Amino acid sequence: MLGVGGVIWLIVICAMIYAARSPHGEPGEDGLLQVSDATHHAMERVVVGAGIVTVVVLLAFLSYDFAVGEALAQHPNRALTIDLVGHQWWWEATYEDPDPSKRVTTANEIHIPVGQPVQFKLRSADVIHSFWVPTLNGKRDLIPGYVSSQWFTADTAGTYRGQCAEFCGLEHAKMALYIIAEPPARFAAWLAAASTDPKPPTDPTLRYGQQVFMSANCAVCHTIGGTQAMATVGPNLTHLKSRRTIAAGTLANNAANLTGWIVDPQAIKPGTLMPKSTLQPAELQALIAYLETLK
Amino acid sequence: MSPAYDGHLPAELTLTDAAIAEDAAALELVWRDAPGFWGWLTTVDHKSIGKRYIITAFLMFIAGGIEAAMMRTQLARPENGFLGPDLYNQIFTTHGTTMMFLFAVPMMNAMGLYFVPLMVGARNVAFPRLNAFGYWCYLVGVVFLYVSLFVNMGPNTGWTAYVPLSGPQYSPGHRVDVWAQLVTFTEIAALAAAVNIIVTTFKMRAPGMSLNRIPLFVWAQLVVSFMIVFAMPAVATGSTIMLAADRAVDTQWFNPAEGGDALLWQHVFWFFGHPEVYIIFLPALGMVTPIVETFSRRRVFGYTALVLANISTAFFAFGLWVHHMFATPIPELGQSMFTAASMLIAIPTGVQIFCWIVTMWSGRPRLTTAMLFVLGFIFTFVIGGITGVMLASVSFDQQAHDTFFVVAHFHYVLLGGAVTPLMGAFYFWFPKVTGRLLDETLGKWHFWLFVIGVNLTFFPMHILGLDGMPRRVYTYLAPTGWGSLNLVASIGALVIATSIVIFIVNVALSYRGGELAGADPWHSSGLEWATPSPAPSYNFLHTRIVGSRHPLWEPTADAPVLVGLSMQRREVLLTSTFDARPDSRNHHPDPSIWPLYVALCMGVTFIGSIFSPYFILGGIGLAFVGLFGWAWQSSHAAGHELIAPPDAAEVA
Repeated sequence: MLGVGGVIWLIVICAMIYAARSPHGEPGEDGLLQVSDATHHAMERVVVGAGIVTVVVLLAFLSYDFAVGEALAQHPNRALTIDLVGHQWWWEATYEDPDPSKRVTTANEIHIPVGQPVQFKLRSADVIHSFWVPTLNGKRDLIPGYVSSQWFTADTAGTYRGQCAEFCGLEHAKMALYIIAEPPARFAAWLAAASTDPKPPTDPTLRYGQQVFMSANCAVCHTIGGTQAMATVGPNLTHLKSRRTIAAGTLANNAANLTGWIVDPQAIKPGTLMPKSTLQPAELQALIAYLETLK
Repeated sequence: MSPAYDGHLPAELTLTDAAIAEDAAALELVWRDAPGFWGWLTTVDHKSIGKRYIITAFLMFIAGGIEAAMMRTQLARPENGFLGPDLYNQIFTTHGTTMMFLFAVPMMNAMGLYFVPLMVGARNVAFPRLNAFGYWCYLVGVVFLYVSLFVNMGPNTGWTAYVPLSGPQYSPGHRVDVWAQLVTFTEIAALAAAVNIIVTTFKMRAPGMSLNRIPLFVWAQLVVSFMIVFAMPAVATGSTIMLAADRAVDTQWFNPAEGGDALLWQHVFWFFGHPEVYIIFLPALGMVTPIVETFSRRRVFGYTALVLANISTAFFAFGLWVHHMFATPIPELGQSMFTAASMLIAIPTGVQIFCWIVTMWSGRPRLTTAMLFVLGFIFTFVIGGITGVMLASVSFDQQAHDTFFVVAHFHYVLLGGAVTPLMGAFYFWFPKVTGRLLDETLGKWHFWLFVIGVNLTFFPMHILGLDGMPRRVYTYLAPTGWGSLNLVASIGALVIATSIVIFIVNVALSYRGGELAGADPWHSSGLEWATPSPAPSYNFLHTRIVGSRHPLWEPTADAPVLVGLSMQRREVLLTSTFDARPDSRNHHPDPSIWPLYVALCMGVTFIGSIFSPYFILGGIGLAFVGLFGWAWQSSHAAGHELIAPPDAAEVA
């Protein structure tokens, strides 16, 4: 399509330059204003011919587009289904399973098996977002009041970056996600690990860190499986350390970035719904130490 | 009157020089504005209003350009700190809103309001007070938006203001209200201009200028005016009524939790929004034809085809809006209808370009600056047209939608397809407006820098978009690798800015010291060149009787003119819609302050409605008083005199 378009452009521009520079123009029967009959017929032939070519090219494009559209519209019968919910400004993904205890909820990083179709059920918790991983799929909007669907198959293992495509407010620019396509066996292992809750901490520092989490407002918004923190306003942190990035693809997930993010998220992502913390240094250290264990 | 139809006038009716001077003095006395500032406020002359419309709209182009430059500075490198997200979102929203609602549409209307009466041989537009009212409403909107921006109340949800982001829950405060009511002022102004252009074109043409003889610029303005009449009510319903009411009085049109529908906004908005693009684009195409004709010294090839292309584009333009919504859950079959319609519209546009190219080929084009801009328009616009056909495809669009590819596409179409011909039109008609020619050397610098700048800025954006860069982002992370192409685009923006500065310098210098133009510097064919430059307050001493599509190129020895209109009072000739036969003589309204007063009342109504619905009652009440004054003045001297139709034998 790009190639055909480029060729058409080149032909039109060459014709234009030729027309503007050619010495063809000559006085007709009626001074300069009237062209001769022969010239007029030539002009007619050119315009009609070019018009016909336009119609033919457009019809070819149209048929091609319908063929591609039909192919894309074929749905697989069975697919792994992931509920994807857009939030200002992060992604919540839940792996569907008939057994509610086996449902896995994660954020901003979605593991999928290579070579198997994956279906996404798309919803929004607030405003319109758009799910787009350029290498894997076309866009599909997440619209409040609608559940839309999209599916694709990743043919090659790898990490694919995507980003919200529909303007969704202040931090639309920092609402990325990663699709991690891995061989089915590794995916199954990841899913199994993700559906088990982390063991309660025994180390006193870590236990203190967990206490800080529960008492310092973290638990008002976040969930950690197996604890009393079960809120769903912010991302599920049960396996926080299994992710590569934090803040929806904005920072690499390491202790230093995590500390900076917790201390002042507004400096990194102005407007994010996560507030600044007022933790004392000791509390913060313990909290980070605890979060670092959520593998 | 009737002998005039065959284009010949009896010899005894030839005018002497003394009679001409006497008539001119009498007409000037009747048609001139009141002196001083009062005259400036009360004028109903389409040229005064058109000129200030053009200047205001151009200032808005500069304002929108400054916003664009700010955005390009912010995006020049990854994670730049020049603009934070809050300010960036206000700036990109104001840029889009300014360019669409305060520059492009008003500018195209203004060109029509200035030139349509001159091109059809009329003394003024049909509804001169409505014309003044439209401009004042527009000016209220301009001041409103920019005051809001400077008091940190600039709208920040994009020029498309998608709900629910723009709804009361996610955009508290008054920023989106500013956007919703700003659009109202543009709607009023555009509708006033459209009605004026339609009636002026249908009823005030020079005798003999039948519909198949009107200039293509006037055709484009006429077609676009009808589009405005059908498109603007959609956005008026959407923004002024539904969105504003959702925000002000808790209606739930767009709230899914209460049975509303978030997608409804997109339908309503794009049912206006897509025709809007053609409302901007078609007048620009109308400007291309006279430039091509004049500098190729040829009648344009395919007049009928060009007219039909205009009309069919206008029809199709209303059947494309869903191609802005291919990523929403609309059934595939429905989407494919809009794909087909979107591709279809390329045909009339293509035919127009083919017609101009063969016209140039048949002549020997003089490459003046105006003509160069036409070539630059074809060069740039065709790229935008081709990417438009690509975007019509659902599967392609689902990749490119909402990315910088789309940003590139619509800037190629709007800057390349509308602003480039507009620049050419400035060079072409500047002498008619000011009496002096623009400088050609500076003009060529302006042209080359502008076309290079546009391509340098926007071509890389195609690649960025296909590489995954979404639009409307205030920054991007370094690992994305989008830095270098963004830097190129930012440099391109600098080149465009330089070209605009050269243009402004050119206008400033030429306005004072440019070469004197005379009535017809280009030896062009339209009626607007049959009167001195700048045109006197009454436009034409005696309007020519038109016998062909190119009245000034007619090889006639005697040029018959229209006589018999009153010299003692404002009187205009109305002609029949199809054949432009003289129909009646009408008294024409005098200058009036009431349009300004009513426009200010509209300002109170709509700006006040943001803060309290009671302002609507108060503002409309005040406006009502003004409407009495408006109607009272114009009716005290009203007259309407039918002209007996020529009998059948004479017409035949």
